[in-house]
Amino acid sequence: MLSYALRRLAGIVPTLLVIVTVSFAIIRLAPGGPFDQEQSLSAPVRANLERLYGFDQPLPVQYLRYLGALMRGDFGPSLRQRDFTVSELIGQGLPLSATLGVCAIALALVIGIPAGILAAVWRSPRADLSLALFTALGIALPSFVVGPLLALVFGVWLRWLPVAGWEHGAPRYLVLPLLTLALPVAAYLARLMRGSLLEVLRAPFVRAARARGLGAARVLLRHALRPALLPVVSYLGPAIAFIVTGSLVVEAVFALPGTGRFLVQGAIDRDYPLVMGMVVVYGTLTLVLNLLADLAYGWLDPGARHE
Amino acid sequence: MSERAAAPQGLWSEAARRLRSNQQVVAALAILAAVTLLAVVAPLLTPWSYDSLDWQHLAQPPALTAGHWFGTDRLGRDLFVRTLAGVRLSLLISMLASVVSLMIGVLWGAVAGFAGGRTDGWMMRFVDVLYSLPYLFVVIILTSLFPRDNIVVLLLALGAVGWLTTARIVRAQTLALKRREFIEAARAGGVAPRDILLRHVLPNVLGPVAVYATLIIPQMILSESFLSFLGVGVQEPRASLGNLIYVGAQEMESAPWMLLLPAAFLVALLLALNLLGDGLRDALDPRER
Repeated sequence: MLSYALRRLAGIVPTLLVIVTVSFAIIRLAPGGPFDQEQSLSAPVRANLERLYGFDQPLPVQYLRYLGALMRGDFGPSLRQRDFTVSELIGQGLPLSATLGVCAIALALVIGIPAGILAAVWRSPRADLSLALFTALGIALPSFVVGPLLALVFGVWLRWLPVAGWEHGAPRYLVLPLLTLALPVAAYLARLMRGSLLEVLRAPFVRAARARGLGAARVLLRHALRPALLPVVSYLGPAIAFIVTGSLVVEAVFALPGTGRFLVQGAIDRDYPLVMGMVVVYGTLTLVLNLLADLAYGWLDPGARHE
Repeated sequence: MSERAAAPQGLWSEAARRLRSNQQVVAALAILAAVTLLAVVAPLLTPWSYDSLDWQHLAQPPALTAGHWFGTDRLGRDLFVRTLAGVRLSLLISMLASVVSLMIGVLWGAVAGFAGGRTDGWMMRFVDVLYSLPYLFVVIILTSLFPRDNIVVLLLALGAVGWLTTARIVRAQTLALKRREFIEAARAGGVAPRDILLRHVLPNVLGPVAVYATLIIPQMILSESFLSFLGVGVQEPRASLGNLIYVGAQEMESAPWMLLLPAAFLVALLLALNLLGDGLRDALDPRER
């Protein structure tokens, strides 16, 4: 198991290199440059600026220099927010974004899996219908609709929770953003869990366990649950990607000072180091989280480890 | 000849029967037809266009009597017209982007599966790498780097990253087909690999692709509105459901209708398309539940 994990961890490096190379190419080959909006720049000043940041070198040289700096953990300076390095900017926002993402995944699991199990065990038409409705809405309601709607109902109309803002992490400011991120994922997880548990409960080994006289709870917890969790765990990868992109919207809707805004604003401003830094940080995060999901899958299903 | 013609007909008429008896699908089709029809005829129903300003009625709530059925925004633009113009644009962009991504995906998957060996390995490894990225990141970078308000760039960016699942489905399908007798017969008969691919493999992978296509369209609508919401998709004064919802979210404390109406249309559209896709999959592929 450990060697499998290490092998997979080593596999992240080439993937990350491809991601960095492709994004570097896209960003640098696109029209426009970081000093375009400043009309007053005279030619010599502009040339000096470009020399300062190394943009006068050929692109391959710049690429290799960037990779070298990256090895040392140096993301470079921000071209727009002149007093900050990219590491400082991302470092300021990342704790909030990471807290939001991790809590959202945990919340989705805590809501979704028990809901799916209950729906599979009870099998009442009404529970089935309400779960079907919940999941259909969860899939059809994107985060940029759920977020403003929750803010409208609980913030503006009922006045239970703040509409937006942050206040240095007061929990009530995080309730609506977390619900916005977690509810659609929870809905999908509940549907997956229900479907796969129903299938497992029909399997011969479950019938055999019942025939041996084991109680319903024991059959469910000791025998049926582990195989039934497999499809749920394999959905975690897409769920992570969903939550990462969703956090861009949620941070914008609820005015949270996370890292999401740096991606769009950085790309519009041609702040090359900032966009690249975001790509590297988020790419690494997604890959590592996906790896963790795969490891969980391997732990649940030993057969999958050797493929 | 007659045998070959009978089998697909049986499949399709059987599928049509199953579709008609599925209430979900019938409801979804009804919603889609109503929304599309409304979107097409909307410009004929009111005197305003999506960018005309009515200075007498700024930020009016919805009312049947004032002529602005869905109310107006801060600039006095009619929200009924703008919402339906947004529906029209979203549908157009998502369908074209689906076509682009399906074409890339079908070609990539068919070539990889047909070539096999190391080529296949590298091509699918590339797909895996892209798969592990939150792909909207790439779209955001692409669309924000090129000149704004360029619908062609938006289309290509959406299409260029939405093809991964199609490529996987088509590759699996091609791998299965490759071992079939009629392909072997064609190869033995001396047909060039390119012709086998185009004439024998591609037509046979289109069935599963057609089913998947109905699920791509709502994804594309979602991605397009997401980008427009973030401000890197469709730009003002043009209306898309995404940028209408963005403006609505800014104004919701004083003018909730600006958020609720476009949001309701988006949700109805996504819900109907997803139900339709699920229904089609059930009808065409009885093995799936």
